[in-house]
Amino acid sequence: MIPGRFTYHRPSSVGEAVKLLASLGEDARPLAGGHSLIPMMKLRLAQPEHLVDLGRISGLKGIRQEGADIVIGAMTTQAEVLGSALIGDKAPILQEAARVIADPQVRYQGTIGGNVANGDPGNDMPGLMQCLDARYTLTGPSGSRQVAARDFYEAAFFTKLQAGELVTEIRFAAPAAGHGWAYEKLKRKIGDYAVAAAAVTLTMSGGKCAAASIALTNVAQTPLLATDAAKALIGTALDNAAIDAAAKAAMAISDPTTDTRGPVEYRRAVLGVMVRRAIARAKSRAR
Amino acid sequence: MSDQAKTRVTINVNGRDMSAEVEPRTLLIHFLREHLNLTGPHIGCETTHCGACTIDLDGRSVKSCTMFAVQAEGSKVLTIEGMAAADGSLHPLQAAFHEHHGLQCGFCTPGMITRAYRLLQENPKPTDEEIRFGIAGNLCRCTGYQNIVKAIKAAAETMASQPRKEAAE
Repeated sequence: MIPGRFTYHRPSSVGEAVKLLASLGEDARPLAGGHSLIPMMKLRLAQPEHLVDLGRISGLKGIRQEGADIVIGAMTTQAEVLGSALIGDKAPILQEAARVIADPQVRYQGTIGGNVANGDPGNDMPGLMQCLDARYTLTGPSGSRQVAARDFYEAAFFTKLQAGELVTEIRFAAPAAGHGWAYEKLKRKIGDYAVAAAAVTLTMSGGKCAAASIALTNVAQTPLLATDAAKALIGTALDNAAIDAAAKAAMAISDPTTDTRGPVEYRRAVLGVMVRRAIARAKSRAR
Repeated sequence: MSDQAKTRVTINVNGRDMSAEVEPRTLLIHFLREHLNLTGPHIGCETTHCGACTIDLDGRSVKSCTMFAVQAEGSKVLTIEGMAAADGSLHPLQAAFHEHHGLQCGFCTPGMITRAYRLLQENPKPTDEEIRFGIAGNLCRCTGYQNIVKAIKAAAETMASQPRKEAAE
């Protein structure tokens, strides 16, 4: 399979990249890791006339701490997330999620920015970023702005990203020390998208749940922040009744479609199981 | 920047700088197979699933069907053709796949071995589970993987006991 013809651009800075994207307009696409876009181009489901390769912009890579925030450059790969001692220490849920994304080769190329910016409901990082209440820095020709991950997704493949804008970095406040966390994803095989998946972070205080955040992957057109499910946990000892209530609240807001991963009823039931497992595991990890 | 016309790409492949005039849409696998006649990396699924086209690029395992050759400009690539030593003696991974029947039809083998090469660079003493996780992006439809895991483990032991200079490193 051979993609359609395009003109290739290799900017060396973000400024140059957004200028190119803005001037080339709708016919141009940014190229990050390329592991969503290139397969689409080979199938001729995407036929951009211009590709703007972000691969040589060194300023878009890397993971660092800025005060209470963890900052991840958009071109940081999933493999680099897995290899980061800082992420392992401050936000290990991202490593648990990265391990169940695709396969080793794809993780060496696939970027966290591409994963969150593409708007594919099957992608895992958008739900994670909603769970962590991350903000995305969007940079365009007229400057940068920040949009919360919880506001970014409008529909499948539709986001707040404007033409000519790039996601340049992702930042979130590191979860409280001693927090519990888990990402539970059921997939049919390595490399598959989730039948359903749930991200949970929570903190315990005196045997009671003091704070909780739950987000859901691939059970709607967009990732879902399960606010009521998280509320059902607060103030409880995370007993079975509380976990049940949270799972039911998460299932209630889900809106999966019937596809090769199963019918709606099955995918919703799996979601309930993922939420229950994620809460139980997060609880066991909380200190 | 380049336009739709052909552009010159230079990539260090198995220790030698190789150039060709390619269209921007030329995939790395086609650059290797059609311009350099390196037919070790195979085209299997063409959809980023099977891993038969896996090569090593700047210390990462990459599915060369999912990268444009222009993206690899200036990079260092290792293919199965670069694994054996200059005198033709097999790399410990190649020898172990032979010894432990790590292949039947052989279609997945070049990708499997180049992937295993990077895995052992990163983790010289992997457990069976780590090997299986590490080769999850490479499909084999013959062996059931059992002998591939055995071969990689055996190669790891050989490499630990007989350090040798790697072909293209």
